[in-house]
Amino acid sequence: MKGNEAIAEAAIQAGCRHYFGYPITPQTEIAAYMAKRMPKIGGTFLQAESEIAAINMVYGVSSAGKRVMTSSSSPGISLKSEGLSYLAGSDLPALVVNAQRGGPGLGGIQPSQSDYFQATRGGGHGDYHMIVLAPSSVQEMADLTIKGFELADQYRMTAMVLADGTIGQMMEPVSFDFEIKEQIAKPWATTGTKMARKHNVVNSLYLNPEQLEKTNFERYERYEVIKQNETLCEEYLCDDADIIIAAFGIAARVSKNAVNEARANGIKAGLIRPITLWPFPEKVFAKHAEHAKQIISVELSMGQMIEDVRLATSCKVPVTLCCRVGGMIPTPDQVYNAIVEANEKGGK
Amino acid sequence: MNYKRITLLAGHYGSGKTNIAVNMALDLKKQQDNTAIADLDIVNPYFRTLDSKDLFEKEGIRLIVSAYANTNLDIPALPQEMYAIVHDKTIHSIVDVGGDDRGALALGRLSPLIREDDYDMFLVINYYRPLTRDADSVMEVTAEIEEAGKLKFTGIINNSNLGAATTAETVLDSLAYADEIAERTGLPLVCTTVEEKLYDELAGKVENLFPMKLQARPVD
Repeated sequence: MKGNEAIAEAAIQAGCRHYFGYPITPQTEIAAYMAKRMPKIGGTFLQAESEIAAINMVYGVSSAGKRVMTSSSSPGISLKSEGLSYLAGSDLPALVVNAQRGGPGLGGIQPSQSDYFQATRGGGHGDYHMIVLAPSSVQEMADLTIKGFELADQYRMTAMVLADGTIGQMMEPVSFDFEIKEQIAKPWATTGTKMARKHNVVNSLYLNPEQLEKTNFERYERYEVIKQNETLCEEYLCDDADIIIAAFGIAARVSKNAVNEARANGIKAGLIRPITLWPFPEKVFAKHAEHAKQIISVELSMGQMIEDVRLATSCKVPVTLCCRVGGMIPTPDQVYNAIVEANEKGGK
Repeated sequence: MNYKRITLLAGHYGSGKTNIAVNMALDLKKQQDNTAIADLDIVNPYFRTLDSKDLFEKEGIRLIVSAYANTNLDIPALPQEMYAIVHDKTIHSIVDVGGDDRGALALGRLSPLIREDDYDMFLVINYYRPLTRDADSVMEVTAEIEEAGKLKFTGIINNSNLGAATTAETVLDSLAYADEIAERTGLPLVCTTVEEKLYDELAGKVENLFPMKLQARPVD
């Protein structure tokens, strides 16, 4: 199936019965799939009047303790950013999908990874993060959607599946042989007191500055736990690598081909593929910075993840960029040539 | 394959219409010198017949496609040249219709003329697509497409596949599904498509095999 469909079906399997969205290429198949499936399983599909309305509907359902999602592509996520900040400020779980397209502005409909900053830094205003998951196959679109719902509930925050137009549109076989964990209790949800308990309040407004400061500190303590326990990353042929590629999503797939080509030609190349972009796999990069001569960040952006790679490696090794933008995708040859060049220069 | 003057391919989105259209155009060109392929897909701007432009040029097949295909403009624009396929009776054409009823809507403009012409409209089915896994859901999509496109289907193409993971078993396991749809729609099963490399293995086991080259393959 298509990557977008895999997300939609996985969400349903994860127990999501509420979807609110607004069409935008290249993620519209998610909405189309939900429109067909939700009415048949007693769920709610609603095409809202705008992205802003959709994200606020997500806020409402999440407040009531139900699994809920929305999806969009880059310009639509910008519109949803206010809502993302409110979800964070209210500690509400939600799953948000961004099938990125080229920007800025209306940009184009072709794939991109240029919302990395927006996603990993939270997107909206205020101090907060989202858990950002970056699938690089259609199977992972499904796997990470389910994981996203689980993490969102566990840590009471938004999980974003940061995909792109390519993975959203391409087709691959997918297995739905999942073990879906039972959903955790949400004693904080506004489910009605039945006159048996105090009112639950879901809110992001704090009139008392001391209280707001305390809430922010508590939230960042939770973020530290997530950094310790939930960082995901694939290391491919890194242990003896001189040249390491840093790439996520579709760029990682292209890069893997280039790494294999380099190995076949006697160059010790490897790939670090962050699967969680926030939290970023800092320790893995720090470890391999001890032996690598150069790291090449392969991105469908003008260089965004590269900043996190430099931070994680404390600039111990040169980190260079190999990119295509505007909806274009680097070819394995382009990445391979960058590896060869880096290997010849030996990190100088 | 025997082709009518106009061959339309419609079905659920992602069922593989574009790939079949490209292969059929190449096949048709062997029989008819004046061959065209028309891309009427107004729904999905990502996979287009335009991707095979060089191939068509080399083979001398006329490509009729929106000026905005494969650009960043995401609007449902139809190529003005599309009128050639109904007005120029010397052209034999393969027409790639967009997915589902929304895609077939574009046909409505041409259907009164096509209906009077020498045409086939084939329903492309793929057992392995999630929303068309059973005959009931295919019947639903079929009715929606006929209503939107104002044309009746004349046959079925079984394009059941799992992309690069397709084996002979994948194809064989889909035959009962294709037969059931043929029986329930009352339409003939025109052919079962298969990638060239599986042709020999399935020859003799499946009727009316149509060998195809996969035109677009993702990265590994």
